[in-house]
Amino acid sequence: MELTRRDALAALASTGIVVGAGAAALSHLDDRRAKPDVDVDTLVAVAEVLYPSEVTGVREFVETFVAGRTADRPDYHAGMADALAVVDERAERWFDGPFATLDREDRDATLRQLGADAIPPDPEGRPPGRVRYYVVNELLYAFYTSPAGGSLVGTENPIGHPGGTTSYQRGPDA
Amino acid sequence: MSQGDVDRTPSPRSDVCIVGAGPAGALVAHRLASEGYDVVVLEAGPRFDPDDRLERMERHIRPSHGPEDVWDMGGPRDAYTNAGEEHYPLNAARVKGVGGTTLHWQGMVFRLHESDFERRSRHGVGRDWPIGYDDLQPYYAEAEAELGVAGADDNPFAPPRAEPFPMPAFRPSYSDSLFAEACEELGIAMHSAPNARNSEAHDGRSACQGYGTCKPVCPSGAKYDATVHVAKAEGEGARVIDRAPAQRIEHDRSGETVEAVVYATPDGTEHRQEARQFVLAAGGIEIPRLLLLSRSTQHPDGLANSSGAVGRYFMDHLFAGMGGELDAPTRQKHVGFITSESHQFYDDVDESVGPYKLEFLNYAGQSPVNVALSTESEAAWGDALAEEIRDTYGNRIAMGGLCGQPPRAENRVTLDPDVTDDHGNPVPEIHWSLGDRERRTIEAANETQAAIMNELGVDVDWVTDAATTGPAFHHMGTTRMGTDPDESVVNPRLRTHDLDNCWIASASTFVTGGALNPTLTIAALALRAADAVDAEL
Repeated sequence: MELTRRDALAALASTGIVVGAGAAALSHLDDRRAKPDVDVDTLVAVAEVLYPSEVTGVREFVETFVAGRTADRPDYHAGMADALAVVDERAERWFDGPFATLDREDRDATLRQLGADAIPPDPEGRPPGRVRYYVVNELLYAFYTSPAGGSLVGTENPIGHPGGTTSYQRGPDA
Repeated sequence: MSQGDVDRTPSPRSDVCIVGAGPAGALVAHRLASEGYDVVVLEAGPRFDPDDRLERMERHIRPSHGPEDVWDMGGPRDAYTNAGEEHYPLNAARVKGVGGTTLHWQGMVFRLHESDFERRSRHGVGRDWPIGYDDLQPYYAEAEAELGVAGADDNPFAPPRAEPFPMPAFRPSYSDSLFAEACEELGIAMHSAPNARNSEAHDGRSACQGYGTCKPVCPSGAKYDATVHVAKAEGEGARVIDRAPAQRIEHDRSGETVEAVVYATPDGTEHRQEARQFVLAAGGIEIPRLLLLSRSTQHPDGLANSSGAVGRYFMDHLFAGMGGELDAPTRQKHVGFITSESHQFYDDVDESVGPYKLEFLNYAGQSPVNVALSTESEAAWGDALAEEIRDTYGNRIAMGGLCGQPPRAENRVTLDPDVTDDHGNPVPEIHWSLGDRERRTIEAANETQAAIMNELGVDVDWVTDAATTGPAFHHMGTTRMGTDPDESVVNPRLRTHDLDNCWIASASTFVTGGALNPTLTIAALALRAADAVDAEL
């Protein structure tokens, strides 16, 4: 399954960043996507671990979503940048290289060794809780409130997505 | 204007002062401002920015935030204590702010049945209301028009109505169709559920967008909330002062007429809002609390409390439900509201069992994002997480139901002298317990639900029964209506027996609560109170 920028825009619509997903919304975000000012390489590398392996187009989805989420929200941007720095620093310490250069297995191991698989998210807590909040749950929220992520697990209109009032009436074979 | 620049000083020549900007206060304010009266509304909570609603929805979905965080409840302002057998989670059950608890309600709007007004004469339980369904019927119709209700006249068990619903009903869900087959086998009739939610664009608001998070927040504004009538009231010239919690009510020398409501503002000062008439619309907890806080030499047990009934007869509806897995997809969590119910058993009331209604839920189980974000899930991420979500999401199905609770004097709201709020006032203390009648009613609801689930072939894995039930967050009964000043707080016109210019618009005036969501009745009573206040002015 390939993720597209439209999927990212649909995810952003769930968070109030973009209203509508037409051409105007796309062009509105072009500048932001061109200048990602958090460590997008690391974020994409995390997303590739978090999202199901059949998903492609992760970079475009993440760049668009994160650019929309962090622009005009300096505190959120700072929280995410800081959490990504933690991820990268641990990767360097434990696997001798930047997170984005590690193979999938080592990236997974880095996140687990950090505790991000089990610790409750906490935007103001210790580093693992912040990684869970600003990186792991941020990426999972984007994916599983979007029709793309929802469809992969059985719903084209997951909660958090304004998918209208016809899908709930449809049966599984419709 | 920034918060610091907001004028929170009293209005100089107010005809009407209303305490509370929830649905009752907003409707009364709109009605009376439309009649040309000078109206001021005091609201304890803030005026929320509508642009923040998606962020509030995210707080609801993301597990790092608690349920009280969605609408900023909790803390010293909202402190309370429990003294009864049952814990009552008060701050999960209300919202303080412009719009009140309708900001987080689900939006279910039903008329009480004729029998609910005559529980004493029909079944020897509680008291009869001093008014009947006939008295309220025109106000129910007005309330449906004001709130904007999507419904269909297909409920054979509903009380009589003379006009169509303002909007067409939401169509049944896919899972309703699964339930329908089982119910048909059992001879149980299903019908639509009226929603205060736009099924089409209406009253300047959009149709439902399907975010699926109605309770506790509707980002699109398609669900009615009282900010609608606050805006309309302000359009008619009413003034709404936010972050202005009422501290006490002051009366004249005779003790028969209210002179002013004393309220606090964020800068720590107190003000006196004088008016000709006063309407208390702050809900079933804060209204009795305010009356009890306002005791005086002439009213040593609290204002309007010569009967001793202020705070007593606290009632809620009890939840009964069950759910499990079906061996087929159920298509849940696309929307956050109910499209079908059955009120077939509602009037099967006798001396030992009260009313109950059945709900066919459209939001059974967890949504994909809930499973994904929870650190309780077995899989953390990746293919294993997707697989776990497929396993947990697709086949869930559930029923709910509300069961009536009769009024009992010992269920009550008092003041806790040992705990004070951020202004030094004793906090509300909730005394709440269950009796045998509601336990038997829950058992009856469970029995019917089990028959339906069994017929449908559901592997039931959770049940909310008499031992595990909880409240539906409907605060009723604490300033009840009646003709006898010795045992009720307000008269049938909703004016307090003891004070000639003090009115109450709230579920606190309910004499019995039936088993139907109360807000439409609150709205109908508010419109009735507005008419009475208008006549008085």
